[in-house]
Amino acid sequence: MTTAEFLKTITEAHGVSGYEHDVRDIVVQEFSALCDEVRVDPMGSVWGVKRGTVGGRRIMLAGHMDEIGLIVKKLDKHVIRFTQVGGFDVRVLPGQPVWVHGRQSMPGVIGMRPPHVMPAAERDKVIPMEDLFIDVGLTAEELAQQIRVGDTITLRRGYVELKNGLVASKAMDDRAAVASLLECLQVLQGLKHNWDVYAVATVQEEVGLRGAMTSAYGVAPDAAIAVDVTFARTPELPETGTVEADKGPGIARGPNLHPVMYDRLVETAKRYEMPYQPEPVPGASGTDAWAIQVSRQGVPTALLGLPLRYMHTPVETLSLRDVERCGRLMAYFIADLDDTILDSFRPALPEGE
Amino acid sequence: MMDIGFLKTLSEARGVSGNEGEVRDHLARTLRGVVDELITDTIGNLIAVRRGTGESPLRVMVAAHMDEVGLMITAADANGYLRFQPVGGIDARVLPAKRVLVGKDAVPGIIGVKPVHLTEPSERRNVLKVDQLYIDIGAKSKDEALGIAPLGEFATFDTPFQYLQGASIEGDEPRGRISGKCFDDRAGCFILHNLLQKQYPFDLYGVFTVQEEVGLRGARVAAFGIDPDLAFVLEGTVCDDSPKEDDISPTTTLGLGAAISIADASVIADRRLVDLLIETATEEGIPYQIKQPMVGGTDAGAIHLQREGIPSVPVAVPSRYLHSPESVIDLLDLQHTIRLVGAALERLPAVWGSRGGVA
Repeated sequence: MTTAEFLKTITEAHGVSGYEHDVRDIVVQEFSALCDEVRVDPMGSVWGVKRGTVGGRRIMLAGHMDEIGLIVKKLDKHVIRFTQVGGFDVRVLPGQPVWVHGRQSMPGVIGMRPPHVMPAAERDKVIPMEDLFIDVGLTAEELAQQIRVGDTITLRRGYVELKNGLVASKAMDDRAAVASLLECLQVLQGLKHNWDVYAVATVQEEVGLRGAMTSAYGVAPDAAIAVDVTFARTPELPETGTVEADKGPGIARGPNLHPVMYDRLVETAKRYEMPYQPEPVPGASGTDAWAIQVSRQGVPTALLGLPLRYMHTPVETLSLRDVERCGRLMAYFIADLDDTILDSFRPALPEGE
Repeated sequence: MMDIGFLKTLSEARGVSGNEGEVRDHLARTLRGVVDELITDTIGNLIAVRRGTGESPLRVMVAAHMDEVGLMITAADANGYLRFQPVGGIDARVLPAKRVLVGKDAVPGIIGVKPVHLTEPSERRNVLKVDQLYIDIGAKSKDEALGIAPLGEFATFDTPFQYLQGASIEGDEPRGRISGKCFDDRAGCFILHNLLQKQYPFDLYGVFTVQEEVGLRGARVAAFGIDPDLAFVLEGTVCDDSPKEDDISPTTTLGLGAAISIADASVIADRRLVDLLIETATEEGIPYQIKQPMVGGTDAGAIHLQREGIPSVPVAVPSRYLHSPESVIDLLDLQHTIRLVGAALERLPAVWGSRGGVA
């Protein structure tokens, strides 16, 4: 599979946090072709291990494969009442198509009362989540046989190509990062690298970075790069805190990230003339990097950001080129890695008087 | 039996008011050779004339509208984002984070929204107004955007037709529900298309109208031109049967059969035609329901006021979530509506004298 085909396939697969199995099967299959070993850890994260020529040192790459979604709260006559797993803006939900993963997965829609019966004043009010509902077209009796409280619900919006290489889908956050890991593994097939590479598709990021926490413990890497989506500029967003789509991955800088990892990624980007965008992150990055950084005795960690428009909606939009660039940047960074970097991770102290 | 594949074609065809050509072409292509005459008028209505056996001198009009609610491109900004306004009645709350197809080439677009992470909690209590929204087609400049979507171009919801759980059309009895866009009024178009496959004792004027959603404009001129003795108007109508706290009428209920209108906001239906439909349903054992009066408007509102007046009645398939990207109908309701109107047309000459009188 090309990176583009893989991205389409995994974004259209379904896996709310904790229920990543369908996505995992695809990742295992595609990583297997490019890795020496593929493992699934007890939490369900996938490790694709590609051995280096020297070995003994490990770099972990992390992208999360869970997605935000909804979960059945109550059956109310013939409709489903729901709450969320991860954070939506409730204003994007009315009129959205969904999949309800009951005894079978079945299509449904988030219903919207028509304007014909809606008093004008109502139209100025946001409909709270508890008043929204999903209709799968079954009667109340049929629904009770098919759906149980706690069944997960995902958005039913597949992959679509826009102009200029932009693509949109649900779950680009963060399956696009998993695709960049695949791209990295593909590029590494043609490069010599000393270190062992652990490409990890993590679980349960959206509910608290949980997969990254346990995977980082298990892998015990010497260094790590987390890949997540970051905010791409759109008309209503300010210039600060955002990057541009299709101008290369963001390389994050701040207390959550190791300065040497940042510097080396920037050097790599410059050496190979790859576009990138420096991204200041003043505190918690809100990504797997936050958990990995403090695993065991601490892991020097970097964060690459895929510029994404409309985050946490069914129409998350990014540049396919940025995904590929991100994968290539990691591959060339890894190819240039040797043990000298280890010394630079610990701050040098001044000589005693 | 019913060719649901053709309903899918109609539902996925794109035809915002004033731009119904794609729908019209699908209908005309499949009706050629079936009906005796296919006529278009200057506003864009498609009139399919099925000559009768000659047993009855009546001239009967059956109308369904081809247009759908949608969006019109009104501006592009320097970075290639498109601004738009709704065409027809769209609740702005259904727009955020939806996919649309823009222009005649159906270019995919996204109605973007700010990420929830960058939104203040207080902001999330405010409805996003149409003026705050935009369509992202991936264009990088104003020129590129306007090259793809010139001002005045239309956009529709991008909604694939979908069989819902358990839906089936195998055998004679279809079952289950389907979702898709604009069953208002492609369901009506589908029913009329079905009715035109038969010959009746009188001349049947099947009229696929334009511009219903912006003021019943196509039906008005078609009815004037045809000057029928009476008219049936076929619709996908409001079905508001989701559970609600208050005791609010569902308007119609999914699965209870064809919805007969006694009155809506645009017309008091001709009582003789209402009675004909009810008697037909009762005697033929066809499930029907009476639509909650005074909700919505239909082409009947324009037709019944033409010339000296044209007795008219709306009959409809209940459709949940009208004017949103995803509506839902019941396949049996659809079949019952086809059967009901078909049977009523058969009975019509026996109860209706020529030119507006009761036999």
